[in-house]
Amino acid sequence: MDLDSLYQDVILDHYKNPHNKGVPSGNFIVHHVNPSCGDEITLSVEISDDHVTRVTWSGVGCSISQASASIMSDLVQGKKSSEAFSVLSEFTELMQSKGTLTGNEEILEDAIALSGVSKFPARVKCALLGWMAFKDAAIQNGAQA
Amino acid sequence: MNSFLDVDSIKRDFPIFQQKMRGGKSLVFLDSAATSQKPTSVMDAERNFYSTQNAAVHRGSYFLAEEASAAFEGARTKVAEFLGVSDTEVIFTKSATEGLNALAVSFERTAGDLHVGPGDEIVVSELEHHANLLPWQQLAKRTGAVLKWFESSEDGSLDLSTIDSVITDKCKVVAITHQSNVLGSIPDLVPIISAAHAVGAVFVLDGCQSIPHHPVDLKELDVDFLVFSGHKALGPTGIGVLWGRHVLLEQMEPFLYGGSMLESASMTEATWAPVPKRFEAGVPNMAQAVGMAAGLKYLQDIGLERIHAHEMALTELALTGLKEISGVTVIGPQTLNDRGSVLSFTIDDLHPHDIGQVMDQFGVAVRTGHHCAWPLIRKLGLLGTTRASFYLYNDVNDVDVFLESVTAARDYFRKK
Repeated sequence: MDLDSLYQDVILDHYKNPHNKGVPSGNFIVHHVNPSCGDEITLSVEISDDHVTRVTWSGVGCSISQASASIMSDLVQGKKSSEAFSVLSEFTELMQSKGTLTGNEEILEDAIALSGVSKFPARVKCALLGWMAFKDAAIQNGAQA
Repeated sequence: MNSFLDVDSIKRDFPIFQQKMRGGKSLVFLDSAATSQKPTSVMDAERNFYSTQNAAVHRGSYFLAEEASAAFEGARTKVAEFLGVSDTEVIFTKSATEGLNALAVSFERTAGDLHVGPGDEIVVSELEHHANLLPWQQLAKRTGAVLKWFESSEDGSLDLSTIDSVITDKCKVVAITHQSNVLGSIPDLVPIISAAHAVGAVFVLDGCQSIPHHPVDLKELDVDFLVFSGHKALGPTGIGVLWGRHVLLEQMEPFLYGGSMLESASMTEATWAPVPKRFEAGVPNMAQAVGMAAGLKYLQDIGLERIHAHEMALTELALTGLKEISGVTVIGPQTLNDRGSVLSFTIDDLHPHDIGQVMDQFGVAVRTGHHCAWPLIRKLGLLGTTRASFYLYNDVNDVDVFLESVTAARDYFRKK
């Protein structure tokens, strides 16, 4: 059923036990809100030597938004900024594909589990909330795309 | 359940119920508090206007312009009759939201008793939809007026113990909803309206959730202004009504300037048309007004008392059923007293979006989130709720599928 393609176990695992969730700190903290549903995320990015060294976030929201933020934080940490932005654009493209793309697992790793979201237009913004917050914070922190 | 309405026959008047939802499911539409579905008669009325009467109203001297003007003014008369008011008091707006913004802007511009300026007080409540909060909040910010409010209680009522400090002789406007769009609760407005009038303030009623669902006696309630929207009352989008007592409307400055709202204009000056035209600048939403009138006629033909009785019978079934599902918490009024046919609830600690997604698999359309009343949701200590709302085209089977889908949503995430 469609529902199981949306709520894959990986997503619910991240939802129940989110990674890198804590108190964001540092100079580059962003706060993003999804005004249509009230989901919120606060996120900080540390960048050192052009690498994303740490992403810390806190927030409230649905399973998709929370799991997606958790997966994103795992994925971008340790990557060069430009590589992190490539993952971001790969993920954005997947989300906007309306179910036509399956995504590149080598690049997206656990985020591939979110591919089912693209079949539910109302939920795409949930999945993108954390990623857009990361993009905003990283750019403010001087990361080069 | 007592059968107040022949829902099978009613459903046939609403073509949307022929549509199949995800997985081929029938539509169980429980989101009428957001917008109602439309009967064929409303769509036909709009189509008929465009097919046989379309011209800019109140302008041309040709036959078709007369036809269009008669249709548009006929719609106004229908709204007036529905509300039990004079048709010179009925202003067509594009929405209830526009009506409330219009009042806020007009009170700022109007001199005299209705003027809102520095130090004046405006009163709302924590139950308000953003549409009946933000226009007043921003009016206060612009003018230096003070925004005050009644606090809501857990059962969705308003705490009136503070009434003497909330409504003081500095109060100019009190604007409160007739029924919470989130909780379905109906606040006790009688003491608030008397207190407002005792200090010379006007009372604005947000009737979006009440006017389409049960008879409202504006004279008995003794309100000064009312807004409601067409699209929640079987009508089209893009049309709403602002009603005001004639003696007040006559004192008020326009909120939009342009064609048709003036009496005379020069390059440097203008004077205003009599009400209601003074408040209807530009070519109005004519076909939508005609469609709205057709929607109100549909409601009248069935009878608002019967519709209300039907909705409350469904609400009772749903409320009882929800309370029997462990893990479900009904938010707001726990009984049928002082409530309408809107039900909010939570399941375990699930996010409403996740709940709604599972319910969608059953063809059930419910609203999830903060319902455009974020301050109330925050006050309740919630992220949001899942909300079901009932109308004349819902039946017992809809309630059954609804309850089944709620249980399924709970179980889906419990077993995962």
